[in-house]
Amino acid sequence: MTTGPRLDEILAAHAGRDGALLPILHDVQAAFGCVDAGAEAEVAKALNLSRAEVHGVVSFYHDFTPSPDPRPEVQICRAEACQARGVEALVLAAEAAAGSRVRLKTVYCLGLCSVGPSARVGDTLHARLDEAALVALVRGA
Amino acid sequence: MTVVRISDDALALACGADAVAEAFAKAGCTVERVSSWGMHWLEPLVEVDGLGFGPATPVDVAAILAGSSAKAIGPIADHPFIARQQRLTFARAGRTRPLSLDDYAATGGWAGLDRARRMPAADVVAEIMGSGLRGRGGAGFPAGIKWRTVAEAPGARKYVVCNADEGDSGTFADRMLMEGDPFALLEGMAICAHAVGASRGYIYVRSEYPHAIAKLNAAIGLAAARLAPFVVEVRVGAGAYVCGEETSLLNSIEGKRGEVRAKPPLPALEGLFGCPTVVNNVLTLAAVPHILHEGGASLYDSLGVARSKGTMPIQIAGNVKRGGLFETAFGITLGELVNDIAGGTASGRPVKAVQVGGPLGAYLHPDQFGLPFDYETYAAADALVGHGGIVVFDDSADMGAMARFAFQFCAAESCGKCTPCRIGAVRGAELIDAIRSGSPRGPDAVERAPQMHNAPKAGRTRAEQLGLLEDLCDTMQSASLCALGGFTPYPVRSALKHWPEDFGDGL
Repeated sequence: MTTGPRLDEILAAHAGRDGALLPILHDVQAAFGCVDAGAEAEVAKALNLSRAEVHGVVSFYHDFTPSPDPRPEVQICRAEACQARGVEALVLAAEAAAGSRVRLKTVYCLGLCSVGPSARVGDTLHARLDEAALVALVRGA
Repeated sequence: MTVVRISDDALALACGADAVAEAFAKAGCTVERVSSWGMHWLEPLVEVDGLGFGPATPVDVAAILAGSSAKAIGPIADHPFIARQQRLTFARAGRTRPLSLDDYAATGGWAGLDRARRMPAADVVAEIMGSGLRGRGGAGFPAGIKWRTVAEAPGARKYVVCNADEGDSGTFADRMLMEGDPFALLEGMAICAHAVGASRGYIYVRSEYPHAIAKLNAAIGLAAARLAPFVVEVRVGAGAYVCGEETSLLNSIEGKRGEVRAKPPLPALEGLFGCPTVVNNVLTLAAVPHILHEGGASLYDSLGVARSKGTMPIQIAGNVKRGGLFETAFGITLGELVNDIAGGTASGRPVKAVQVGGPLGAYLHPDQFGLPFDYETYAAADALVGHGGIVVFDDSADMGAMARFAFQFCAAESCGKCTPCRIGAVRGAELIDAIRSGSPRGPDAVERAPQMHNAPKAGRTRAEQLGLLEDLCDTMQSASLCALGGFTPYPVRSALKHWPEDFGDGL
């Protein structure tokens, strides 16, 4: 359940702000690990929007998820520059190391295109990964 | 006490700069965290008295301090990679602490803004027009014309929006600038605000750049008094590539789905919250303070070739020996960039293809290495300068797979508003699979239905499949609402044109 005083605080913090929906959703996602239907309804009410409008926004952006996933996340860049530096050859090993314990997420570009393959865990970035380094990263996540 | 300078750019951090900095601090040195020089293969790069050492690890600390390190590269500023550049937008790269107002002011910071604010707004617009500055986001639209349109548009409320949604693979100049010289971007925005009569600005940064977001927020806090009455706010994206398209970006700031808007109306007339809005890329706005220096506009106009004026921060990435940021006047050839400056591939194998301009840019063949970097020349060759990123591939690359990836990426990132992009991308990926599988494809269940009068009832040959792909590319290119669907055919067609052998042999 993601409604309650904490959600009220988030909504109050953004009251009166122009185009407040995305900043609110970021805060909700950070606080609860998801933006679920209950939160959508509360946010809609606070911003005088329909639930459909809020749901449309939540479902549009990759960063918002409808249910929480407490597993650690490792983001692996698989865009062209990292492909050129051989990321695809590492993916199978990373998936094997992750199993069902770690969530592997493909992202398109972390902006480290000259030193790939690269990955992100939380706000920590990792570059020049080879198979051993990526597997160690996934195991340690 | 020895002063050691190490970058705190996200790329340096990813390569282990913090551990190196800590080791130097433990050894009794004063560590200054500066912006990155942009020589990424040397990161973490350590600077002691102007001399460089890299890529450094904590193990190298003693040898570096003793002057006996094998990782010495000599004076950094004289390194060929730096000495060959002409840095205007990135003049401070490697030289200043990103969040030091003193460093910024000591290196010519705020001079452009002070001069601009002493001038009538129309004269500022005229200087930008005279500099020949064009939008660095990819479209290359003259910045001066955009500014004039907003300045002359009726409306009490106007906005300056900085597009920092740098989603293209192979590009990192926006990130480096935001992390390394955030005040320059804020100064450029403040000059723009003065020129067009805006009082509020937004910087829309992608959520994949947490370090840039933190630096910008800190910089805004430090420089608020200097920028006043202009107010800037950072808005964070939410993982949608298409939000780099300006109208979709505006929708996103407004709190809507990041769907593309049909143009007209132009954002310059009806942009953010329906008000006249300048939307410029980070590099465009960061070039502005230099142009507003005394004589800056004419210097800028004197650089470059034909209608591509000034300098372009080119980002060298992918499979290269020496990757990084290379700012130079327009006109440099692709061959020079890839062979001389980048030193060829990191793998040591021959270069097969170079993608210029991000995921929507064409793949160029080594036969085209004579092409000078210039918007019009690239357009004439069915290619894209885009945001200035170049990604090098060696001969192990499968260009058929890269063409398929272009469609797959477009399908994943399409906003869904227009049909050519939303459906074309999916069909394109299927079509490339069918072509690469080699066997002629028979009619599927839908095509066999009696009401599908025009669908072929016999199998399609390879030539027919390729014709269909051409047709699809035409449709996407001319009927998509924005560049995502409209430019996806560039990588596909160029891959098919130069490397048909990677698309199966049609047996």
